[in-house]
Amino acid sequence: MSSKSKPLFSSSIGKKLIMSLTGLFLCTFLVIHLIGNLQLFKNDEGYAFNNYAHFMSQFAPIKVVSYLLYASIVIHAVYSLVLTIKNKAARPVGYNQKAGNENSKWNSRNMGILGTIILVFLATHMQHFWFQYKFGTTPYIEYNTEIVTGNRQTISSDVLPSNYDGYKIFVNDGVETIQTKDLYKQVAYTFQNPLIVLLYLVAMAALAFHLIHGFQSAFQTIGFNHKRYIGFIRSVGIWVFGVIIPIAFAAMPLYFFFKG
Amino acid sequence: MSNHMNLTLKVWRQKNDKSTGQFVTIQANNIADDMSFLEMLDIINDDLTRKGEDPIYFDHDCREGICGMCSLVINGRPHGPNQGTTTCQLHMRSFHDGQTIVIEPWRAAAFPVLKDLAVDRTSFERIQQAGGYVNVNTGGVPDANAIPIPKVIADEAFESATCIGCGACVAACKNASAMLFVSAKVSQFALLPQGQTERYERAQAMVDQMDAEGFGNCTNTGACEAECPVGIKMTNIARLNREYLSAKIFSERDIHA
Repeated sequence: MSSKSKPLFSSSIGKKLIMSLTGLFLCTFLVIHLIGNLQLFKNDEGYAFNNYAHFMSQFAPIKVVSYLLYASIVIHAVYSLVLTIKNKAARPVGYNQKAGNENSKWNSRNMGILGTIILVFLATHMQHFWFQYKFGTTPYIEYNTEIVTGNRQTISSDVLPSNYDGYKIFVNDGVETIQTKDLYKQVAYTFQNPLIVLLYLVAMAALAFHLIHGFQSAFQTIGFNHKRYIGFIRSVGIWVFGVIIPIAFAAMPLYFFFKG
Repeated sequence: MSNHMNLTLKVWRQKNDKSTGQFVTIQANNIADDMSFLEMLDIINDDLTRKGEDPIYFDHDCREGICGMCSLVINGRPHGPNQGTTTCQLHMRSFHDGQTIVIEPWRAAAFPVLKDLAVDRTSFERIQQAGGYVNVNTGGVPDANAIPIPKVIADEAFESATCIGCGACVAACKNASAMLFVSAKVSQFALLPQGQTERYERAQAMVDQMDAEGFGNCTNTGACEAECPVGIKMTNIARLNREYLSAKIFSERDIHA
C-alpha cells in the first residue's frame, strides 16, 4: 500500500462529503427561513414580516450567512453535476429491462431531477422576492402605531413614492412611524397568479421527496449510521424535512391565493 | 413429477469485447421447473451446440452459491427475482409457462463484456490487491484466541467477509458504484485487531483504486443491499466512509510523514 493517497476532494467519497455538508447546511437554512416566514400568517398587514425582512437584509451576520448559503447552493448543484457525469460514464451501455422499484425508492434514484426542479424554483423565487425587494419595485407601506394603545393606522400604495429613500423608523408624539417597502403585499400579489402557486406547490413536493432521501443520505455519507440514532435521523428526515417543512411552505401561496 | 414450461428468452449475444452485441430471441421449450436457471441455460447450450451454433457464454463455477462467479441480470434484476440468492440458486419454478425472460450481462464500464453474458471482473481483484490484505509475521502458527475480540465484532467482521465478490451490487446500482463491495472488503479487516496496522492506508488505497477503475459514486439508494446474495449491509458503506474520512483527517502516518 502506498502511503500517498489522492487528495480528499478528488475522490468519490470526498466529493460526496461536499454534497452532504452543503446539503445539511441548506437544511438548516430551511428551518430558519420557515420560522421567519411564518410571520406571513400574522393578520397585521405585514407589520411583523416587513420589519423582519428589513432586519434580515441589513443585519451583518445574516449577510455573511447568506453568501455562504448562495455558495452552498452553487457548490451542491455543481458537484451533483460532476458526480452525475461520472455516474453516467460508469455505465456506458444501459439495461434493456429495468426493475429499479424492486430494490430502491423512486426518489432516491431521481435526486437530480428533483434537485433540478428545486433549482428552477429557486431562480424564480429569488426573482419574485429577493430581486424585487433589493433592485426592483415593491408596494409601499407606512405604519403609524400609537405606542401606548397599540392602535395602528397604515398608509399604503402599490408603488414606491418617488421620494422614498429607504426603511425609516422614528417616534413622534408617542406614535411610532415605520416607512418601508411592503414585501408582504408583494407576496400577496405574487400569489394571486395560479401558475406561480402551482410552481410553488410542485417545487415543495419535489423538495419533500428530495429531502426524504437526502437528509438521511447525508448522514450515511459522513459515516453516521448507528442503531442508537439512525431511527431518529430517518424520522427527522421524513417528518420534519419531508412533511412538516414542505407543507408549511406550501401553505403560504395557498393562504394568499385563497385569501385573495 | 415436475412441471414443464415453454419460455421465450431474450439473450444478450456479443461476439467479443470489441463488438457491440444485440439481443437474440431463443425459444426454450420443455423446461422442468426444478431445474436451476443455469441448468436451463445448459440445455439451451446443448441444443445450440448440436445445431452447430455458438453456445451462450456465461460465468459459473461452484453452482452452490459460494463462488460468486455466476452473474446475469434477469428481467432487470441481478441474480433474478429472488432475494438473497445467486443465479445458480435460482430455480425455474420462479418463472411461469409462456413467460419472456430478458437476460443481460452486468453493465458497468469497470466490468467490460468479454463475450455474451460473461464480464471481466478483475477490477474487483485490483481493488482487493490495492489494500485488501493484512501483513503477518512469519514463524509458528499463532494460538487461536490469543487476541481477545468481542463476539459482536468478530461476527460483524465475519459477516463482511462473506462477500463473494460477485458484483451484483455494481450491477444493481444506478451509478454502477462498487461501494458495497469495497466497504465489505475494508470492514472485514478494519473491525479486527489484525487489520489495524494498515487500517488507514487500506481505506485510502482501496477507494483510490475503486475510483480509478471507473465505478460510479454511491448515492445511498440501497439497491446494492437489496440485491446482495449474501446480505452485505449498508452499514458497511457508512463504515467505509468513516474509515476513509478519518484516514484523511487523523492518519498518524500522514501527520508525521
